[in-house]
Amino acid sequence: MSAVVESQTSKQVKRAGLTALAFLLMVVMCVPGLWVVLSAFRPNGEILAKPPVWVPENPTFDNFRKIFGLGTDQVAIPVGSYFMNSLIIALTSTLIALAIGMAGGYAFARYRFRGKGGIFLGLMLFRAVPGIALSLPVFIIWSKLGIIDTKLGLIIVYVSLNVPFTIWLIDGFFRQIPLSLSEAAQVDGCTRWQAFWKIEFPLARSGIAAAGVFAFLTSWNEFALASQLTRSTTSKTLPVGLLDFTAQFTIDWAGMCAMAVIIIVPALILTFLVQKHLIAGLTFGGVKG
Amino acid sequence: MAEITLEKVVKKYGAVNVVHGIDLTIAHEEFVVLVGPSGCGKSTTLRMIAGLEDISGGIVRIGERVVNDLPPRKRNISMVFQNYALYPHMNVRENLGFGLKIAGEAPDSITKRVDEAADILGLTPLLDRTPAELSGGQRQRVAMGRAIVRRPEVFLFDEPLSNLDAKLRGQMRAEIKKLHQKVRTTVVYVTHDQVEAMTLADRIVVMKDGRIEQVGTPMEVFNHPRSTFVATFIGSPPMNLLPATIDGGAVRLADGTVVPVPERLRAFTRDGQKVTLGIRPDDISPVGHGLSQDGPGAEVGMVAELAEPLGMESLIYTRLAGQEVLAKLYGPRIVQPGEALIFRMALDRAHLFDAETGLSVRAD
Ligand SMILES: Nc1ncnc2c1ncn2[C@@H]1O[C@H](COP(=O)(O)OP(=O)(O)O)[C@@H](O)[C@H]1O
Ligand SMILES: [Mg+2]
Repeated sequence: MSAVVESQTSKQVKRAGLTALAFLLMVVMCVPGLWVVLSAFRPNGEILAKPPVWVPENPTFDNFRKIFGLGTDQVAIPVGSYFMNSLIIALTSTLIALAIGMAGGYAFARYRFRGKGGIFLGLMLFRAVPGIALSLPVFIIWSKLGIIDTKLGLIIVYVSLNVPFTIWLIDGFFRQIPLSLSEAAQVDGCTRWQAFWKIEFPLARSGIAAAGVFAFLTSWNEFALASQLTRSTTSKTLPVGLLDFTAQFTIDWAGMCAMAVIIIVPALILTFLVQKHLIAGLTFGGVKG
Repeated sequence: MAEITLEKVVKKYGAVNVVHGIDLTIAHEEFVVLVGPSGCGKSTTLRMIAGLEDISGGIVRIGERVVNDLPPRKRNISMVFQNYALYPHMNVRENLGFGLKIAGEAPDSITKRVDEAADILGLTPLLDRTPAELSGGQRQRVAMGRAIVRRPEVFLFDEPLSNLDAKLRGQMRAEIKKLHQKVRTTVVYVTHDQVEAMTLADRIVVMKDGRIEQVGTPMEVFNHPRSTFVATFIGSPPMNLLPATIDGGAVRLADGTVVPVPERLRAFTRDGQKVTLGIRPDDISPVGHGLSQDGPGAEVGMVAELAEPLGMESLIYTRLAGQEVLAKLYGPRIVQPGEALIFRMALDRAHLFDAETGLSVRAD
């Protein structure tokens, strides 16, 4: 009797401990973000105050007005161009990475070919190389090709960063779909192509959406390579644009935080819109027949 | 007319040959069952007929057409898969109508034909459910509905019942049989279960290691197995096989027990031939408790080692010439282990196989 009670209380203690740990982790992860968001709504002075002020005492939209050039003191930061660059580069590279990921993932899942294991391993190893390690060679090649400071240059880089991941994730999804579904569709009158679009694609949609979100976020947030390969408003992306707030002796923390919010919001909206797919994507939600 | 002909059909995976030149003609509206142990090439053969597997050699015809190079959609077939292969993102109505929709059928005609098929299979109340919301038996029925709704010339079944529990399997077996009587088409049905083969088939094709071992009606295959393989594969419990020698018009077993050579096989044996005597458990019974007590027979004394009462009959495990032999007792009598009984073998239903080739001595 007492043993049962004991094991129950020890279970409760364990659960409480786990909850506390999860909460702690969440706090550690969220506080910097929260700090950035809060700081976007207060003047620079308050950000640097010691001891720190948590809740903004005089909340203000001045920082946003400033970046958009609406305030009294003009800050010449072309946020609009950066935003458009980021959007074009992230969307285009995501779409291309998804197209390649779908073709590649399908091929890995469905076909046998020579060197399959080797190619797959190679893709994963490539993914393990930190992008920044490639920045010098990429810089040299890109400048020879004349695509430094172009959107195309960054798009190519981001596609190659994302393709291993999209192939890997989408392969896992196609692998889960029984081959007999496509075969049944072909017996039912479909070409292989139709069977793919009408049966296999809809069933792998969660995985494809998840791969798309990850690819988009990677491109949207990437800083290291973009800072090397871009120069001007024709190709600079939002994360690179953050550097515009640093001058030789001062850093406009408030402006930077406001811009960070502008970077975060679209990512949050996107994640929110596809969160159902994301969860299915991350847990490989079953599509058994 | 959808006759199916296979001529020297071969399937190779790389260097591995899994189907070794099969010749088979399946008549219009015939129900043919391919049966054999797992891995003998039944599914591969079926999938070559379906067009889901390339044909490495030989010719496959459906009707007049050579279909070797036609994709599945051009073969006018439908297929029921072992795992049913229902489209998980479509409800039952959409699953049933999918083929018609792809064929460009008008929506109201699709509705009409889906309703008809659903009616035949008792699926009408389930039309709005998704496959995930169906039981195994219902999924099986939807898979069959999807097969009949397009009115193809040929139905192909690949182990359609093997995912069901025993009771449901019996029910669905009967339904498939009824369905074939209602919707007359040519059927090729693959199973490893000899009971399904016996009950469903117009003709059974017994396969072994990528080759056809025997083709015949269920009764032919049961009563005249061409080899020891067919003899033990078809029929349950399997036929007893006892090594023996032909000795002066008699069959001499390993321990010297002698029984006469069955009359109808006498012409096919020669003195000194090493043979295998095959006799089904149903044809060995304690005197007075067997199926046929008249006709030619031989009596031997054996000791029952174990008896399994099955209600109206008992299965008796006994021993002859040092080998375990199964016998059957008909009637409610209880047999005790260790009980010595006189058994009667119905020799007119016994078989002799050549010991070397394993083929029936009658086979040419
Ligand atoms: N894709 C494949 N590659 C290599 N061997 C295969 C392949 N598919 C089936 N086989 C082999 O072919 C043989 C016949 O398989 P199958 O037709 O599925 O047997 P059955 O349906 O009678 O159980 C088996 O030995 C199997 O291992
Ligand atoms: Mg099989």
